[in-house]
Amino acid sequence: MRQVRVHGRGGQGVVTAAEMLARTGFMAGHEAQAIPSFGSERTGAPVIAYCRFDDRPLRTREPVLHPDVVLVQDPTLLVSERVFDGVPDGGVVIVNTEGDADDVRTQAGVDRPGVDVITVPAMRITMEHLGTPRPSAAMSGAYAAVSDDITLEAIQAVYRTRFPGRVGEANARAAAAARAHVAAQLAGEDPEQAAAAAVDAMEVSHA
Amino acid sequence: MREVLEGSQAVAMAVARCRPGVVCAYPISPQTHIVEALSRMSRTGELTDCEYVNVESEFSAMSVSIGSSAAGSRTYTATASQGLLYMAEAVYNAAGMGLPIVMTVANRAIGAPINIWNDHSDSMAMRDAGWLQLFAMDNQEAADLHVIAFAVAEELGMPAMVCMDGFVLTHASDVVDVPSAEDIDAFLPPFRPLQSLDVENPATIGTMAGPESFTETKYLQHMRFLDAADVIASWSARFAERFGREAGGLVARFDPDTLDRSATAPPAKWDDVTVIAMGSVLGTLQAAIEPMRAAGAHVRLVGISAFRPFPTQALRDAVGASRNIVVVDRALELGAQGVLTSCVGGALVGTGSRIHSVVAGLGGRPILASSLTAVIQRAIDGDLRRLEFLDLKEGGVPAPSLGATEVSR
Repeated sequence: MRQVRVHGRGGQGVVTAAEMLARTGFMAGHEAQAIPSFGSERTGAPVIAYCRFDDRPLRTREPVLHPDVVLVQDPTLLVSERVFDGVPDGGVVIVNTEGDADDVRTQAGVDRPGVDVITVPAMRITMEHLGTPRPSAAMSGAYAAVSDDITLEAIQAVYRTRFPGRVGEANARAAAAARAHVAAQLAGEDPEQAAAAAVDAMEVSHA
Repeated sequence: MREVLEGSQAVAMAVARCRPGVVCAYPISPQTHIVEALSRMSRTGELTDCEYVNVESEFSAMSVSIGSSAAGSRTYTATASQGLLYMAEAVYNAAGMGLPIVMTVANRAIGAPINIWNDHSDSMAMRDAGWLQLFAMDNQEAADLHVIAFAVAEELGMPAMVCMDGFVLTHASDVVDVPSAEDIDAFLPPFRPLQSLDVENPATIGTMAGPESFTETKYLQHMRFLDAADVIASWSARFAERFGREAGGLVARFDPDTLDRSATAPPAKWDDVTVIAMGSVLGTLQAAIEPMRAAGAHVRLVGISAFRPFPTQALRDAVGASRNIVVVDRALELGAQGVLTSCVGGALVGTGSRIHSVVAGLGGRPILASSLTAVIQRAIDGDLRRLEFLDLKEGGVPAPSLGATEVSR
């Protein structure tokens, strides 16, 4: 079983992000489940949602306590939310930020060398392609760059189905750009150039 | 088609495909997404030949439902918590008048203190209203149960609640296969009301009954209620045959080792601890018990699928020779024990069973597999008390941290 926790703020589409992630995992061939948590229903308040993938039907209904992957949609949550909580060694924390992994550990006040920290400017990428601050597709793209749980093709198909037309396409581009950005970072290449190239390649293949 | 859907959307789709003639509801969390979806389908034409009635309260929602059902329309509504309590008077009337309304209850706690989250207090408060109460263990079963509920209710002339855990199921997204309109059309007979108001043949439904006949009326209602067990079992068996998966029924049995749901699973044995529960916690119990079984623990799981009528005989059959019973209960009978526990106790009276009530998940407290495992292990060790509150924090009411709730932690 693979378990994911999504941190964001009310209005950033955190619940939708987890649901879309479940759909993406299902499309990528897994059984999937998304569990939102409902607490303070205010714009800007911290919100958490969970997602699970497995090769057999999911039974448990408990919240995710030990996420293999944590997606942090808003870097200001690093200070107030304990985003590393419950993450086992070998787990990954993916943060939407302009900073780097050291900045993330410093802001979170957590060292945890056994946990990988991946950074991606998901909000900048999302604003560039979508224009509204809902970075879930870009965050999923970053996730697809570091794990086989989901694929870029599945992300794009899910967003295009859910939001036909401009919004689906914009999310598909954001996901491609974010994935390329992270992949280039990890390969020691220029992430900005890779992100732009990935979007260009999409437009060529679509033309 | 298997797809990832929010529980509420799956239920709304299943209800729409049952072709209700009237849908009437007043929104309240956590049921709102269901009636919002039906309202949208009504507007887009996806739900045809259906009147969607907006009303100003739950009392009106049930009153309109009574009127439309009495006029011969297949009628659906949904509510939760305070909404169910607000319509309580009409809820009893619908049953007394023999009207086969189907209502989703997205189970939620009752205030005060105000709490929007899940437990079973609302349905339990209506346990003697004369409605069938069918509990869903997951979102697939929640969707399927509505099809079964219409069939059963209409055959019996009796209203049915489909109870699904609020938020835990209504707002969770799962892989589900919502029965297609074609399959439902082939399975669910058209609504032929046992009685309907007709201006050409005037009749009164729900008239006054004095002391000379009230007892007999209630006796007949009681006898009819007893008929319901066979009707539920029969429609659920037909459903399993047609759709290839189990849903509904009286109790859910589970394979001892795989913990898969299985109507043919053997009864529990004398040296088994039997865990009894209803609703979505059954999924977490499956997940908790499977590794315990693999490690050699003697523990079995039984789900209550029909809480009303209470499945006394089916439960005794499933419990078999087991005499060490743990009931995981999501509603509290103040000063006594869990509400389900009392019903289980009534069903097992005379068997010499030790029955432990574990009150869990009140007001949305997450029920953790590790906590369940610990409780079951203590039952095996003979160390579980008659009444326990799962994960109770000692020392009074904890204050939430700033800007935080229990659920979002």
